[in-house]
Amino acid sequence: MAKLAARQDSGRARGGSPVRVEGRRTLSMAYPWPRIAVACAVVVVVGLIAAGIGSVSIPPSTVARIVADHLPWLAFDHTWPEAWDAIVWQLRLPRVVLAGLVGAALAASGATYQGLFRNPLADPYLIGVAAGAGLGATVVLVAGLPARQGGVSLLPIAAFAGATSAVAVAYVVSRQSGRMSLATLILAGVAVASIAGALTSLIMIRSNPDVRPLLGWLLGGLTGARWSHTAVLLPYLVVGVAGMLLYARVLNVLQLGEDEAEQLGVSVERTKVILVILATLTTAAAVSVSGVIGFVGLVAPHVVRLVWGPDHRTLLPLAAVAGAAFLILADLVARTVASPSELPVGIVTAFCGAPFFLYLLARMGRRRS
Amino acid sequence: MTPVIEVIGASFSFGREPVLDGVSLRVDRGEIVGIVGPNGAGKTTLLRVATGALRPEAGSVLLNGTNALRRSAAARARVVARVSQNPTVPDGYTALEVVLMGRTPHLGLLQWEGERDLELAMAAMEATGTDGFADRRLDSLSGGEAQRVFVARALAQEPAALALDEPTTHLDLGYQISVMDSVARARRERRIGVLVAMHDVTLASQYCDRVLVLASGRIQAEGTPRDVLRPELLSTVFDASVTVIPHPVSGTPVALATRRRENGRAGPATTP
Repeated sequence: MAKLAARQDSGRARGGSPVRVEGRRTLSMAYPWPRIAVACAVVVVVGLIAAGIGSVSIPPSTVARIVADHLPWLAFDHTWPEAWDAIVWQLRLPRVVLAGLVGAALAASGATYQGLFRNPLADPYLIGVAAGAGLGATVVLVAGLPARQGGVSLLPIAAFAGATSAVAVAYVVSRQSGRMSLATLILAGVAVASIAGALTSLIMIRSNPDVRPLLGWLLGGLTGARWSHTAVLLPYLVVGVAGMLLYARVLNVLQLGEDEAEQLGVSVERTKVILVILATLTTAAAVSVSGVIGFVGLVAPHVVRLVWGPDHRTLLPLAAVAGAAFLILADLVARTVASPSELPVGIVTAFCGAPFFLYLLARMGRRRS
Repeated sequence: MTPVIEVIGASFSFGREPVLDGVSLRVDRGEIVGIVGPNGAGKTTLLRVATGALRPEAGSVLLNGTNALRRSAAARARVVARVSQNPTVPDGYTALEVVLMGRTPHLGLLQWEGERDLELAMAAMEATGTDGFADRRLDSLSGGEAQRVFVARALAQEPAALALDEPTTHLDLGYQISVMDSVARARRERRIGVLVAMHDVTLASQYCDRVLVLASGRIQAEGTPRDVLRPELLSTVFDASVTVIPHPVSGTPVALATRRRENGRAGPATTP
């Protein structure tokens, strides 16, 4: 009893499984809703602040009122210049929301890949998703195909097709030995990524000399974000993350190893296939609207794991929220630090993410020894 | 009485290398059956076949009287729990969280562990003497403590039978006894049938009601430890000069191997 009380007091009790002592032992396996709600609220505030910052500075409270004014059931007196409405609603907010959605998609996929591969260093780019997407987009941009066909941008579709085929190739190759071996999948992914990367470079060198826009896209960018982009990503994000959450408890069991999970009655093969598909679709959708943005899928789950522990029921939703906040802030830096010009946000995430990641590695190493 | 585990004429091979050749065994509720044999005798394969994890090429496997190969992995896991030889220690999870994972075969995809699952997990931890470090991270525990946590996880599965693969390897004397004591206690209190693979003959003879000697993929002998663990058989099976003496306290057979002399023949060591 005292021990269980200590568990709660220690603050290490995790959101997924708080143990309360009230005369008798009870376990509430309730979802960590309060924690997720608080985290979401923080992201909304961060987003409102970020949307107010730029060449025209708008206070967050006004940003909030402009946003609320656009909701169907609310109306405010327009005490702000009309231009502000356009700046917030048409320029900055789509970009902030898209950054949040992309960050959430990459972080949730990253956490899932890491759990699936039982390797905390796995990331969404591991199995060739990004390289495949880059190749798809390059083909469209360089081949001189119209960027828009019947009002629909071809770029995300091509990127999506490239990402999915890269994963499909890696997957089919790794299936050749019968069971899907995760180590083979990773190696196949690396090989596919190299081929796709080499093809991308070859196409760029052999064609139109002006490859700067393409290079920007490959480095990851949210420039020119529109509400239509968020509409492309949102369904994939919702379906993908919901599916991952369904498998959160099973992902925990997979950490015991595949043989052990099978012994516990988990259909390991089916679980792996479903989770790879979910995480890849989610990642590909994000890449198709934002290009190649690294380190979000690596850093956000890591921070959450260090603070709240490895239980995927807590980890997946909180990593998604942390990824959203991280990318909103990174994009804010990307568009303000060199104003009026912009940096690709992928450079910013690499600059913050890589050193932070090295710091985490060093810290983990010290704790182990 | 229906045996909890029954293997009838099971054969298995890896490629062309036969590992099991027509092996039969049965484990009843409340008995501990040991599989004794040298490294590479097929003990692990036999355990995996006996729990339905591996499909034998010939022969059948019955769990609680029903064909194990026709049942889902979850249905099998509700009858028999297996602890493998070197279970992966997952990063960062507490001992209690790992024991709770033993409830997996009783939970649907959308279901999470409830109060009853926690009670069963805590009971399993008390039965194995691991409740003291329920909230410690599993990767911070010693090998012997972790091994008992894995036994607790298997007990939390509420199985009718336990299959243990070399549960005492790499453990010091004290932990060997504490792990096997908790298994014996689970057998007594829960009337669980236990199938345990061991190469430590001395330990097996103290805990097992029956032992099977497995070598070259076949059961070489079967019976009570006293009847089966004879020096001639053990010498052949382990390819060493083995002497068997009664344990001074328990009276069960103790196997002692004698070093080979330089000329290759058994005998007392000569001191220069």
